[in-house]
Amino acid sequence: MTITTERGSQQYAYTDLPRLMGLMTGDEKHGPAATSTLDALWVLYDRVLRVAPERVDEPGRDRFLLSKGHGPMAYYAVLAAKGFLPVDWLPDFGSYDSPLGHHPDRVLVPGAEIGSGSLGHGLPIAVGTALGLRAQGLGEPRVWVLTGDAELDEGSNHEAIAYAGAAGLERLHTIVIDNSSATHALTGGIAARFEAAGWATTTVDGHDHEALHAAFTAPHEGRPLAVVARVRPKDA
Amino acid sequence: MDTMRDRFAPVVSRLLDEDPRVVVVLAEIGKDGFTEARRRHPDRVINVGIREQLLVGAGAGLALTGLRPVLHTFASFLVERPFEQVKLDLGHQDVGAVLVSAAASFDWPAGGYTHMSPGDVALLDTLDGWTMHVPGHPDEAETLLRHAVAAGDDKVYVRLSVQSNARRRAVDGERFLTVREGRAGVVVAVGPLLDPVLEATEGLDVTVLYATTVRPFDAVALRRATETAGTDVVLVEPYLAGTSTAAANDALHDVPHRVLGLGVGRPELRRYGSVDEHMAAHGLDAGSLRQRIAEFAGAPARA
Repeated sequence: MTITTERGSQQYAYTDLPRLMGLMTGDEKHGPAATSTLDALWVLYDRVLRVAPERVDEPGRDRFLLSKGHGPMAYYAVLAAKGFLPVDWLPDFGSYDSPLGHHPDRVLVPGAEIGSGSLGHGLPIAVGTALGLRAQGLGEPRVWVLTGDAELDEGSNHEAIAYAGAAGLERLHTIVIDNSSATHALTGGIAARFEAAGWATTTVDGHDHEALHAAFTAPHEGRPLAVVARVRPKDA
Repeated sequence: MDTMRDRFAPVVSRLLDEDPRVVVVLAEIGKDGFTEARRRHPDRVINVGIREQLLVGAGAGLALTGLRPVLHTFASFLVERPFEQVKLDLGHQDVGAVLVSAAASFDWPAGGYTHMSPGDVALLDTLDGWTMHVPGHPDEAETLLRHAVAAGDDKVYVRLSVQSNARRRAVDGERFLTVREGRAGVVVAVGPLLDPVLEATEGLDVTVLYATTVRPFDAVALRRATETAGTDVVLVEPYLAGTSTAAANDALHDVPHRVLGLGVGRPELRRYGSVDEHMAAHGLDAGSLRQRIAEFAGAPARA
């Protein structure tokens, strides 16, 4: 398993991420909202996604769409660790002159495929991205989107889930970070909802890197894949 | 005569053949017109079912991969229902698409208010960077559809209506056309309202400009017209009254002027019936227009 990455003389490992996040918040202890996505993002960028800073515009790259745009410190830390953006951008997080806002903007953040913040937009855009790649005969790139469990309350996601399953968009992958924050949630309902729409699904411990990696790389022929990553409840 | 909407599928089907970037996304409405095109281009004619938020979101995703999406359904479901998708998935993501609506303000009055969209242009006008075409004839619709698709990665709205002028004009996708010249005011007629405006201003000494591309607003043409016709301006629009009043004011910001915005009234009528009956109810029939324009401009009848 590769746990370090090299950009010039600088190497960052998973263990550096708290320090990078601390540059944004001045604090190395982070609440669940900021860290719930950290492990899934790290495993994805470190071991799964075929993207790199020098190929952010390449048509054949994998796409990762952060739909859960609030609490993006983990995302920025991973992008910085992997060399998409300079580490010295991190301390200005949220300031007027910084490209790094409290919700990411694709126009400002190198490597960010979409701007997000308003919930329920990433998955529909990811559906279109998968369709667009297919229409251009680009069979290799995979499309990943990360949402929160509460974000799935948005009706726009239901439109996307139902369509993607029926259309068999096998290049499409959704990671649902489940911190039990959805109101009126049905226990076990997240995977069931995707399954009912024809998706392959796996539910894993969202902090277990090996389990995440196995889930992310599980075969799912002819169907999109949803990985439900369970993390500590928001209010725990 | 066929309608603007009748031209939509044939024109866009040809564009699918000509340009590998073009991709059509539908939400059930209008799918029958694309049966043959879908056979030829199965990955570029997409029907997402009755899912209008997905219609726009998926369109944005297609644009992010470099394609030129054409999104179509009734105006109520294309602009109003998924408005946040239009604002964020297209505007904020900095990608373009061609939105082609049907049903206009009240093309199907018997269908009631759920299928009416007099506010679509005003609503899109709250966003930056949209080109908006309002053709007044099926041939113009065809021309403007081609302009829209060919406009790089721009954000373009094409508003199709069953209302139509009797004959086509040479529209270019940018400029207002001068249809009649006078000296006692300028009347800007938008899209299918040109014929009623020409009838209403018969014998009145006013300049009539014809607008089929309303955004960007052709401020140059309006200013030039006011140099001989004076700065009394009447806007006659087939959607919400006053939609372009601010644009006309901006065009004339440094000269004393008056602007009257005519169009569809804001209150919901709660009436069914016919298009003509709704035109009359909103004061957009030739007789009502003549009275309101003459009163405002004090325009004397020509000798």
